[in-house]
Amino acid sequence: MVAFVIRRLIGAFLVLVAVSFITYLIFVKIPGGDPAQRIAGKLATDQNIADIRQKLHLSDPFYQQYWGMMQSLFTGSLKSYSSQLNVVNEIKKGIPATFSLCIGAGIIWLGFGILVGLISAIYAGRFSDRVITVLALIGISMPVFWLGLIARYLFAEGHPFSIFPDGEYVPLTSNPWQWFVHLLMPWWVLAVLFIGFYGRVLRGNILDTINEDYVRTAKAKGLPQRRVLVKHVLRNSLIPIVTLFGLDFAAVLGGSAILTETVFQLKGVGQYAADSVQSLDLPPIMGVTIYATFFIVLFSVVVDLLYAWLDPRIRPT
Amino acid sequence: MPERLIEVKDLEVKFHTEDGVVNAVDGVSFELQRGQVLGIVGESGSGKSVTAMTLLGLTRDRNTSFGGEVLYKGRDVLEMDEDELQGVRGNEMSMIFQDPMTSLNPVYSIGMQICEAIRVHERADKNQARRRAIDLLKQVGIPNAESRIDNYPHEFSGGMRQRAMIAMALACNPDVLIADEPTTALDVTIQAQIIELIDRLKDEFNSAVILITHDLGVVADVADEIIVMYAGRVVERASTRPLFYDPQHPYTWGLLGSIPRLDRPKQDRLHSIKGTPPSLIRAPKGCKFRPRCPHAFDKCMEEPRLENRVEEPGHLDRCWLSVEEKRELRVPTLAGTEEAA
Amino acid sequence: MSSVGNGDTPLVEVKNVKKYFPIRKGLLQREVGAVHAVDDVTFAVREGETLGLVGESGCGKSTLGRTIVRLHEPTSGKVIFEGRDITKLGTRALRPLRREMQMIFQDPYASLNPRKRVGSIIGTPLKIHGVEKSKRRARVQELLETVGLSPEHYNRFPHEFSGGQRQRIGVARALALNPKLVVADEPVSALDVSIQSQMLNLLDDLQKELKLTYIFIAHDLGVVRHVSDRIAVMYLGKLVELSPAEDLYKRPIMPYTEALLSAVPIPDPDLSDQRERIVLEGDVPSPINPPSGCRFHPRCRYMTDICKEVEPPLVDFGRGHLAACHHPLNVDRETLERAKVSKRHSPDAADESAKPRDSSGRSDPVPGR
Repeated sequence: MVAFVIRRLIGAFLVLVAVSFITYLIFVKIPGGDPAQRIAGKLATDQNIADIRQKLHLSDPFYQQYWGMMQSLFTGSLKSYSSQLNVVNEIKKGIPATFSLCIGAGIIWLGFGILVGLISAIYAGRFSDRVITVLALIGISMPVFWLGLIARYLFAEGHPFSIFPDGEYVPLTSNPWQWFVHLLMPWWVLAVLFIGFYGRVLRGNILDTINEDYVRTAKAKGLPQRRVLVKHVLRNSLIPIVTLFGLDFAAVLGGSAILTETVFQLKGVGQYAADSVQSLDLPPIMGVTIYATFFIVLFSVVVDLLYAWLDPRIRPT
Repeated sequence: MPERLIEVKDLEVKFHTEDGVVNAVDGVSFELQRGQVLGIVGESGSGKSVTAMTLLGLTRDRNTSFGGEVLYKGRDVLEMDEDELQGVRGNEMSMIFQDPMTSLNPVYSIGMQICEAIRVHERADKNQARRRAIDLLKQVGIPNAESRIDNYPHEFSGGMRQRAMIAMALACNPDVLIADEPTTALDVTIQAQIIELIDRLKDEFNSAVILITHDLGVVADVADEIIVMYAGRVVERASTRPLFYDPQHPYTWGLLGSIPRLDRPKQDRLHSIKGTPPSLIRAPKGCKFRPRCPHAFDKCMEEPRLENRVEEPGHLDRCWLSVEEKRELRVPTLAGTEEAA
Repeated sequence: MSSVGNGDTPLVEVKNVKKYFPIRKGLLQREVGAVHAVDDVTFAVREGETLGLVGESGCGKSTLGRTIVRLHEPTSGKVIFEGRDITKLGTRALRPLRREMQMIFQDPYASLNPRKRVGSIIGTPLKIHGVEKSKRRARVQELLETVGLSPEHYNRFPHEFSGGQRQRIGVARALALNPKLVVADEPVSALDVSIQSQMLNLLDDLQKELKLTYIFIAHDLGVVRHVSDRIAVMYLGKLVELSPAEDLYKRPIMPYTEALLSAVPIPDPDLSDQRERIVLEGDVPSPINPPSGCRFHPRCRYMTDICKEVEPPLVDFGRGHLAACHHPLNVDRETLERAKVSKRHSPDAADESAKPRDSSGRSDPVPGR
């Protein structure tokens, strides 16, 4: 087991290095990506540009530049080219909002996804299942930016059903209730897509599992239906969901909730990433890439461990 | 007078599917006494497994309808509500299945799965249930039961899993053990062990056994009575010896003739039943076996009743041929079988 | 099934074949052990004969079957097909040979692609080996008829067929390229007895008609005896007995074979009651750490000290009946004496039969048991 974890962690580290290096390469080679020119502005002289190059070590061989950037990133001294703000600090600033959004939404989508999947599997083929299927499809097909705007238009302050405050992030530490109320809309908007998707996947898993021989055995033992359903059907059907959730959750934490953050002006890491890409600002891009990769790699290790815990067949002996 | 545990009367099971109504079980009747081993024999699709599962109410579904009666100690299983059924399943009647590889939940330990059966029916705390489970595993011949109890199914071999299934089925001292092809998925050597085990435990637990199989060889030395099923119907029913030594239905002959016999000189060709079992949605008219029967004649367009046609009382069959004709016709099929013992 | 070819030339020779599956563990995934699936097996299959390969699950019979048709590469040893060593051939060089060696698998449900039509399942081998499209359809329909299905089944899907019919499709696929050797891996054990006998008869007919050579793998000696000319018994990766079918059945030499025979159910209540059934205790031990000496000794009722320490060699007991046992059964004094001085069975002799051979040897049977 320990060997397994160590092997996975070494692998994770290599992935991190590879991803950051490739990202670096892409942005250095991209046309119009020369940071010196962008920093110097439209009216810069050649001398200006040369000075900036000199200062940022842009004339060094690119692997040296890469190394330097990684060093300053991990010592926390990396600065943005355009705003000169410290990258690590900026990411740290975004983390509370992003984490609040993602953890809340994650709980909602996992909980409701399971509920939806369970109900539609139990009533498979009947009316309620069909209704849920249609709703799930609608949920999956609605783009977040559209759904977010509609939600704001309907429910935010000053609109027809004024229930929720309109956007912005209130830190949990300053006012827990306001934090909660402000996040309700973003949570649901982010979760809707996943609820639909998870519900469909789980429904399929449950319907497969319900026909397994061991479920028949459980019934033949005289177990109450609820116990058969929870301990034998649901438990086994959830195993594949764990992988999905681990990877989706990591992706969202790593910044793929960009749209939700933007629509509701949450100023999280996702929004920071979006801004940096727009201005082709290499240091923040590298920072955010490493940050996102870190979560994805971390969660895939966690998923593997969870898997071994959930399914004794794949436990390394 | 032995105690009658099960009485099945004219059982019908119909599955309503998109393609039509499947008459899976069509007018099956039998009885089971305490201490008895009843063999139900037939090909896949003959309705033998459906009959067995129906005894435990496991075929209940909104697309299934039932007819007739399944009396367990006088109570009709078909009429029981879900709670009552749960009290019977695993407690008074229990079942083991064909494939021990898939019949145990892979994510729980063997011990947990046995204890679960004990604790749902009896007041037992965790330790009591565990001790009981260990005893059961010892009884079914699992070495080092104290430590193997915490193993997961994938850590057991096929034969051991089937033993664990038997331990689980016997956890609450059931009156009836239904074994649905318990050895089909196992090696011949393990098959012998398992059948012997079931036979021994039947006496130890003072219960009755229904043994379902497609291979008459498997039931030859353990069954007291045998039912041969074809296309949802009973075609022959007799005590074991008359069934083997004086079989009355051409389908039974076919089943007997299909087995390569180690006790006989090597045959050049095996006898086989031509064709495949009929569709249960549109079954053939008259005798269901007619299209595959080499001895069919015009009378077979009408279905014969299941009745006693030979001297032996209780030996029933569903064939129009006269007893004399049968004696003659079956000889080539059963090549070398001693005449009625 | 009877031999139809000339019984002299071996079609396949298996020489000291070993197949180990490594077990890797730890941080560096070092090899910490191996599953000894097939451990030094030698025999030959003559053209036109059926060799039955029996043993319990885990004895390596399927692995050996797959190694012979090169679905596995042997760890060491040689597989010789028509006089040519095919052990080291690469994918490309193997391709023409694949036509000659085909397999039939156990599970007719899992071995056919559920999304392909029967015509395409059977036609794929033809397509791969470059048969024109126009000729393919006719050939497939001919094959369907050969195996007792109807040419109209061409456009159906596997799920429309019963288990027995699916297995016929599997046979048709195997026969598509007119192979010489067919390795049938438990082709009937998933089928009902009534369908089993149809299948066995079909295989018999096809052998006569197409002059096929079979390696028939099964765990049921009843079935194997019916189809085989010779039978090889395997236990934990080792070949423990090899004999003409009838001889094996009349006088098994290895106690394991005796137990296997006694486990086959007999559909006759009186006989079944009378006969002694040797119930083997427990399961087959792990092939990762096989028992020392004779691998069967922990389950053998004739076991003595020598069995724990010395691995018995495969000895020729006359008339092509070879067995590896320190305490051979059903062997008269004379044969035993001869076997005592006969040399350890050599690989080249594996296919030879009928005449007892002699020279040095070191089997140590206990006579007169």
